[in-house]
Amino acid sequence: MIRLLSLLLLALGALAAPLQADDRLPPAPYAYRQLDNPVQEQKAQALMETLRCLVCQGQSIADSDAPMAGDMRNQVRQRIAAGEEPEAIRQWLIERYGDYVSYAPRITASTWPLFVLPLAILVLAFLLLRRRFAAPEKLS
Amino acid sequence: MNEGAPRTSRWALWLPLAVFGLFVALVLYGLLRPASRDIPSTMIGKPLPAFDLPAAQPDRPGLAQANMATGKPRLLNIFASWCIPCAAEAPQLGELARLGVEIDGIAIRDHREDLAAFLARYGNPYARIGADDVSAVQLAMGSSGVPETFVIDGKGTIRYQHIGDIRADQIPMILQKLQEAGQ
Repeated sequence: MIRLLSLLLLALGALAAPLQADDRLPPAPYAYRQLDNPVQEQKAQALMETLRCLVCQGQSIADSDAPMAGDMRNQVRQRIAAGEEPEAIRQWLIERYGDYVSYAPRITASTWPLFVLPLAILVLAFLLLRRRFAAPEKLS
Repeated sequence: MNEGAPRTSRWALWLPLAVFGLFVALVLYGLLRPASRDIPSTMIGKPLPAFDLPAAQPDRPGLAQANMATGKPRLLNIFASWCIPCAAEAPQLGELARLGVEIDGIAIRDHREDLAAFLARYGNPYARIGADDVSAVQLAMGSSGVPETFVIDGKGTIRYQHIGDIRADQIPMILQKLQEAGQ
């Protein structure tokens, strides 16, 4: 019975295998290879850690083994090697995918409340607390 | 009431709870709303990026940006033989080609033999197929996966992006987008 069951499982596994198909092409030249110039590689690494993988959206392209993330690393490294500035590459990607592709926060028309609100709340809290602590002194 | 605290009206006491309630409502709204994983390209309305891809198959020419501005709207299908939804989409692309729509393809990270087998099995609706082995054109288009289909107008401007496979009931919508791009 167990043998039969394991045979069945094996058959199921064989059926499921094609579903896991992914591309068989070797990774892009600079997907897993660092740049020879350590300064450039450091720049590329810092940028890659703040770019979102588009097919595995919780990871940066530096963290992901998805083929598309490899292609993005390849592109980042080649552009850095060609002398492009990291922020120019980020901008190039934002022009294509929107702010979503970048993990580095930007102050824009829709994000400024995120930066202003905490400051406003701190100021408000400070004013309220000052009133509260100042009041008894005046009374005494 | 008590003498030290600043005078506050009764409703103000409920304010923190109300703010908290609002916050909970916002979180629930965010949690329960069906999330979309699609990343729309921000290249819609912009001209195609410059590219020139080699032929992915011996019987079809490669694809360059210049080939797309033919004066007539075309579809640009980004696909791969290793992509299962692409196989599901093939009959719909075949139907569109039968209806006279011109379709060009970009094969992403694909082996030539795999692609040949895929086209032999699922049909070949493409006028041209470019091979994009490092996703370079895909990235330049703002496309984030396979399959995706772009409507390109006669001047070579990107007019519409369809993310995911084209379903049978979406064919009229695609034809509509092509017609809009032709106006």
